[in-house]
Amino acid sequence: MNFRGITAIYQFEMARAFRTLGQSIASPVLSTILYFIVFGSAIGSKIADIDGVEYGAFIVPGLIMLTILSQSISNASFGIYFPRFSGTIYEILSAPLSFTEVCCGYVGAAATKSLVIGLIVLATSSFFVPLEIAHPVWMLFFLFMTCITFSLLGFIIGVWADGFEKLQIIPLLVITPLTFLGGSFYSIHMLPEFWQKVSFLNPVVYLISGFRWSFYESADVSVTTSIAMIFVFLFICVAIVAWIFKTGYRLKN
Amino acid sequence: MSNALKPPAIHVQDLDKVYKSGHKALDGIHLEVQQGEIFALLGPNGAGKTTLISIICGIVNKSAGHVSVLGHDNIEDYRFARQSIGLVPQELTTDAFETVWDTVRFSRKLFGKPKNDSYLEDLLNTLSLWDKKDTELRALSGGMKRRVMIAKALSHEPTILFLDEPSAGVDVELRKSMWRQVRKLRDTGVTVILTTHYIEEAEDMADRIAVIRKGKLIVTEDKQTLMKTLGKKECVLHLEDDMTSIPKSLSKFDVTLEPDKRTLVLLYDPSKDTLGVVQLLKALQDADIRVNDIDTQKSSLEDIFVKLVEEET
Repeated sequence: MNFRGITAIYQFEMARAFRTLGQSIASPVLSTILYFIVFGSAIGSKIADIDGVEYGAFIVPGLIMLTILSQSISNASFGIYFPRFSGTIYEILSAPLSFTEVCCGYVGAAATKSLVIGLIVLATSSFFVPLEIAHPVWMLFFLFMTCITFSLLGFIIGVWADGFEKLQIIPLLVITPLTFLGGSFYSIHMLPEFWQKVSFLNPVVYLISGFRWSFYESADVSVTTSIAMIFVFLFICVAIVAWIFKTGYRLKN
Repeated sequence: MSNALKPPAIHVQDLDKVYKSGHKALDGIHLEVQQGEIFALLGPNGAGKTTLISIICGIVNKSAGHVSVLGHDNIEDYRFARQSIGLVPQELTTDAFETVWDTVRFSRKLFGKPKNDSYLEDLLNTLSLWDKKDTELRALSGGMKRRVMIAKALSHEPTILFLDEPSAGVDVELRKSMWRQVRKLRDTGVTVILTTHYIEEAEDMADRIAVIRKGKLIVTEDKQTLMKTLGKKECVLHLEDDMTSIPKSLSKFDVTLEPDKRTLVLLYDPSKDTLGVVQLLKALQDADIRVNDIDTQKSSLEDIFVKLVEEET
């Protein structure tokens, strides 16, 4: 194992985040505050409690998920895409590092960043709504696993993309709709039956549901299903990454 | 230890590379670079020089063949192979916002070497970069960036250094100082492999030269031998009258008749006892062939190179 090499990539990526500290933290915090003002205070006060949870508090887990999904993907995809774009990837590829080690460096850094941002958003929301976390350990588990899984997805997108538009297209056209329709702002049970069924095809539903359960013990699907689904996504991402590494897809050709 | 007992720095066997587009960039490359030599890979643009280097350094996948670095397979034992190699690519690709100091420390760490700031300080000093150590890379000139890339490549103390077109876009002054550095490195036992299409550079620097064209190695030769065998002197005689064929009396000379029938070209080696200009002129006089003018020229490596590349076309 070349631990120094992994640390070098990890620290390099973290340093990049610190250079742009304002925008990496300010923008997610600001958008969370806006969501709370609009949905929590303005509209939320007119909405009845959902499953016994005040609406403002109900949206907290969904908002955190919304943030960490997009942060994980954009951090990891940009992290690996930019050296490919600028050409500095030559150094990473010529270094005595296995692909797994390279991946650990980039994905680890991206996941750390989004985990920290997730916790900051959580802290911010506590200023607006009374927070209770029924299962803090599970809460952290869901947070951590989601960060890792979606950073891996971001890494895949960053390897696949051959232009800046492609880098944006998946988060914009796939992830954002899936998160909004995944029950960030409502319970799936509030939908007509047909759309409930459609919603269960949305992977994000399982993440948000499980995460919300760790806060309020209320969920759209059973927690076991949520946990199982997280491992399924993780497995799919790992499999794709393994294939990329085996073939050198877009990295070595 | 004599050179014969040491494994070669680089050993390449039957190496092929076919890109997805179907372009065959390398075709059956066979190459051996000994430890401690300066080896120049000459070839026109698109000949496959960069592809060859990239495969050895692990940046590009090969299609077939075998590469070993200091006796270690560059895939099975990639950690050893890559740790031994420092690569300065052709393009000036550096991170914009890193400082010089941070970027060389990053490179050293990336290659798994423990921190050694005094080594890096010396390195930056020899490359005249120490006073720029806190400058962000985007603020550096092209020549400075080139030096930073050399520093990055040397940061992990490699024993083999690849320089891909090191003189591209570099002014004369820097080029000279760079070559001084390269010689110094060679003196410390580092093997240097460079690609170039500046022939004087290869002529000036290299111990051995390989010429690559359309993915094939045309020749691999000691520079002196190459210059000697191919770098003969040439004497061009312009005749007054057409000559249909070379007369028998001239058959002992290494002469060729150009298609215009009025130009005779004699190849000779002044350092050896070959039949030279004087003897030829005498023979011509005896045969009553009149000569209008004579040019002599020594073929440079450039001529040799052009000749080699043309021969294959």
